[in-house]
Amino acid sequence: MADLLTILLVLMLITAIAAIHMPSLLSCVISLGALGFGASIAFLLLGAPDVAIPKVVVDVITLVILIRATVGRDMHTALEVRETFGISFSLVLLALFTVFGIVVSQHMPPFGEAGMMANADAPGHFYLAEGLRSSGSPNSIAAVLLDFRGYDTLGEATVLFTALMGAVVLLRKKARTTEKAAEGPQ
Amino acid sequence: MKGMSVIVQTVARWVVGFVILYGLWLTIYGHISPGGGFSGGVVVAAGYIMVMLAFGSGQANRFLPRPVGKTLDSLAAAAFLLLALLGLWIVSQGRQPGTAFFANFVQANHPGSPHEVFNAGIIPLANLAIAVKVAVSFAVAFGVMSACRLKGGGQFESEEE
Repeated sequence: MADLLTILLVLMLITAIAAIHMPSLLSCVISLGALGFGASIAFLLLGAPDVAIPKVVVDVITLVILIRATVGRDMHTALEVRETFGISFSLVLLALFTVFGIVVSQHMPPFGEAGMMANADAPGHFYLAEGLRSSGSPNSIAAVLLDFRGYDTLGEATVLFTALMGAVVLLRKKARTTEKAAEGPQ
Repeated sequence: MKGMSVIVQTVARWVVGFVILYGLWLTIYGHISPGGGFSGGVVVAAGYIMVMLAFGSGQANRFLPRPVGKTLDSLAAAAFLLLALLGLWIVSQGRQPGTAFFANFVQANHPGSPHEVFNAGIIPLANLAIAVKVAVSFAVAFGVMSACRLKGGGQFESEEE
């Protein structure tokens, strides 16, 4: 299974790089979709169907939204002149992140293993031991999301609510103050 | 937005019921099997988006008019918050001390047997609220985003009916 994961990760890297370098916007969107499907299969292989199901559906919806609602309606401009400052800055950032990543990976648990096993005080032990008894839910992910950590889910719902409000307000047909704005900058 | 060809419309008409049924199953059995409110709501929204793509936004708006969508969204968010606050209130009556905001008051007072649908207290109810919220949010956001198009000179224009 580790080999399969490695192949998937390499494929995801290739699709990510392709999404950056494709000339047309449609190809970029399709590469992003391939990246998302790879990620959801990787989640499935790692034993996380609770993450894989929303991931794959959200990817499909995002792909449809990007193709239907933005491709052909978006302004895309490609810079022909390469900025030396920007490139050098991103190279420095890349080196910094690589060093950080190498240092951090020394202290990480092996890939695909639960991080809570390294720490005996982690709250995950309590959730697994007490989840079924105190919340009554055999799916401990639902127990954590909606019972023990319901506050996080409330924040998530708030984020979704705010995003929808922003979309509806920004993309509505006509501003309510059009008449006022037409009279002058006052 | 206009609809698509007869082939697409026929296939969409066959499939949409199964898609929405799968979303409902994911939601209702979210506390037993993998899934949950977010997954179920997103699947239902995907079914609605399929209807909208196949039949056009006019037909889709008949199923879910925009004002109804906005109201449902707010109501589901309020229901979720109310569940959390109910935990706080019922607990503070002194029936089940030691718990707080988002306390599972139904499970604490009436524990059911596991692996059954009517069980786990507020978790299925919260799943339902989240599912309605997510489904309506995605559907309305898709409708709003696909109704707007780019005019000349970098100006956006909305083509809502």
